Amino acid sequence: MISTSSASGPAISLKKVRRSYGAVTAVDDISLEIAAGSFVALVGLSGSGKSTLLKMINRLVDPTAGEVLIADDNVKAIDPHVLRRRIGYVFQNIGLFPHMTISRNIAIGLELAGEKDGRAERVAELLELVELPLEMAGRMPHQLSGGQQQRVGVARALATRPGLMLMDEPFGALDPVTRDSLAGQYKALHEKLGLTTIIVTHDMAEALYLADRILVMEAGQIKADATPAELLSGSVGDEAEALVAIPRAQAAHLIALGNIDGTKRT
Amino acid sequence: MTVAWQQAFARVPELLAAHVQLSFSALLLAMTLCLPLAIWAARAPKVAAVILGFASLVQTIPALALLALFYPILLGLSALLGGEISALGFLPALLALTLYALLPILRNAVTGLTGVAPAAKQAADGLGMTAAQKLRLVEAPLAAPTIMAGIRTAAVWTIGAATLSTTVGQASLGDLIFAGLQTQNWTLVLTGCFASAGLAIIVDTLLGLIERGIRDRRKLMAWGSAAVIGTGLAIALLPMLAARDDVVVIGAKGFSEQFILARLIGSQLEDAGYEVRYQDGLGSAVVFQAVASGDIDIYVDYSGTIWTNQMKRTDTVPADDMVNEIAQWSASEHGVTMLGALGFENTYAFAVRPEDAASRRLKTLDDLARVSSVFAFGTDLEFLERPEWEMVKAAYPIRFKESRSFNPTFMYPALSSGEVDVISAFSSDGRIAANGFIVLEDTKGAVPSYEAMMLVAPGRGSDDRFVNAIKPLVGAITVENMREANYKVDREADKRSPGQAARWLDEQIRNGKDQ
Repeated sequence: MISTSSASGPAISLKKVRRSYGAVTAVDDISLEIAAGSFVALVGLSGSGKSTLLKMINRLVDPTAGEVLIADDNVKAIDPHVLRRRIGYVFQNIGLFPHMTISRNIAIGLELAGEKDGRAERVAELLELVELPLEMAGRMPHQLSGGQQQRVGVARALATRPGLMLMDEPFGALDPVTRDSLAGQYKALHEKLGLTTIIVTHDMAEALYLADRILVMEAGQIKADATPAELLSGSVGDEAEALVAIPRAQAAHLIALGNIDGTKRT
Repeated sequence: MTVAWQQAFARVPELLAAHVQLSFSALLLAMTLCLPLAIWAARAPKVAAVILGFASLVQTIPALALLALFYPILLGLSALLGGEISALGFLPALLALTLYALLPILRNAVTGLTGVAPAAKQAADGLGMTAAQKLRLVEAPLAAPTIMAGIRTAAVWTIGAATLSTTVGQASLGDLIFAGLQTQNWTLVLTGCFASAGLAIIVDTLLGLIERGIRDRRKLMAWGSAAVIGTGLAIALLPMLAARDDVVVIGAKGFSEQFILARLIGSQLEDAGYEVRYQDGLGSAVVFQAVASGDIDIYVDYSGTIWTNQMKRTDTVPADDMVNEIAQWSASEHGVTMLGALGFENTYAFAVRPEDAASRRLKTLDDLARVSSVFAFGTDLEFLERPEWEMVKAAYPIRFKESRSFNPTFMYPALSSGEVDVISAFSSDGRIAANGFIVLEDTKGAVPSYEAMMLVAPGRGSDDRFVNAIKPLVGAITVENMREANYKVDREADKRSPGQAARWLDEQIRNGKDQ
């Protein structure tokens, strides 16, 4: 069974997973093992198949061929909505329900599960976890900033204590400052709760910062599979190197700027 | 004036209740049909195209025609199912109005459901909602204001169009409008208009408040308005609970003489202890079927009408023979009892202005044929389609310059003012003599006889108490009295209601009997 406690996230196993849309193959026979408790980033350009790969794990997309296993359970054997209730899912457009209070948005997973007791306590706990003030509970989504809304999105995903978190460009629409602080706080949560997290992003810098394993996708295939350190050392290959080159160049540029202006900074 | 308003207002509560019952039922039925269809359509664009296409097509049919079309459809259905379905009254009105209400509800519901933000739907899926949970918790609440706006539009349309249900024999506020139009009683017309418009405005306002309450998530506003609507509805439904064991329904076509005779018959039946309801404004084509099927219990028709329209006869026989043949035919074919002729005739009479009659020396229909190429012909709404017109044309070489149809009310002024030069008047109409019009003689006997006679529904013909109550009317009405009674209602000044004219006629009959 998939773990529902926060002790440790499950391991994920993909076996020759393929997804085709007519003549187009979005995900091309990918096999992959993800260890329990790891933080994996799927990186690639738009249309590389990373989002489709993620959605096949919680069956928002069903594979054309191949199998997806979560902690040795084949997801095909689990009713999709039962499966999804055990997996946290956060995506770029957040999708808070505009007609529900923040409190009800966060507790909606508990409502679906029929858990009546302790909802208010759990909401308070989650608000604290994502560092939002308690008085937010009674507000409506449109009264919150984008960053606050995505914090609520994360809290909602964590409400039912899933072991596995799937995040599809979760911080993509936020301003850089908010994005950086939220990413950092999520990384701390991942450690604290012992989650297995798979994040899709097109931002290599974000992947390098967050993940302990980075998968580079291109045309439905995994072109590189490495740790951040391996990627940065340039030992992985040309495709990966091309993606890493950009943040590396930016960083170098910033450092150069800092050196020119160095007198003022020290 | 005040008396006229009081009389008009006295009819409003009953008709308003019927109007509310009808429009609400149609709206409820339309909502019940539309909401599942809209959910289906919102998930399948092809289905949406088909369903919305059908609803739009229905909307292009004039409401009046839609109502009229349901009569033959239901009649056919009733024949298939052994006569259990009533083809007149509530059912055809309900079905036509329901079809009419489909489009706004469907279109808004589909728009509302497909317009739910994709992010909210994706979140619902990602959280593991089932399709039903997604609909209940996310899609329906987010689409609700749009759906409500559609229901609101449909409600206003339905309340307006329900006034037309009078033509298929369903009581509504339209009864006041149609009766007022026939008898030139503008007080009645205005009362009907104001009541119907007022109802529409109030319902629109309340539904608007519910819509706003849902949109702004103000529960008190939404539920409060719903409670007011609910209360109004409950009051309108109260009369349905009242016992109605033996209500006699008296039918009438759409002109003054028919209204008066219906009330005359009604007053006899009320004296005999029956409770009476009137169904005015029924078309010639449907009224005989209505009595045959028992939708109405009794009405007055004219021998020539039954002869040509129902029996499809084109030969002409002496008046008495015709009445006897009709009695036999209606009893054997439809179980309808011909209770007896009232004693006067109301035939089609070609009338001209006196000055034309003098200057052009017009006395007979042959004379009319001579000048017909320069004459404009004014008729009621149905004469040009009736077999009598064919019979006249066959007997006399009449070819008019042009023909125009009028509501009978406006036919006489059209002749006076010279808009037309000859009209197909009714011989018992008081306005012929009052205007000094000259009636041209049918020397060849082309137009059949039109003896007024009472036709009684199958169940009632064998009811002695019923028959005895109205038997005294047989042979009791002279054409002079009928003309005068008609004129009391039709004239421009010092108008009487059909009920008052019926009382006057009743007095004449009693005086005649006493002498």
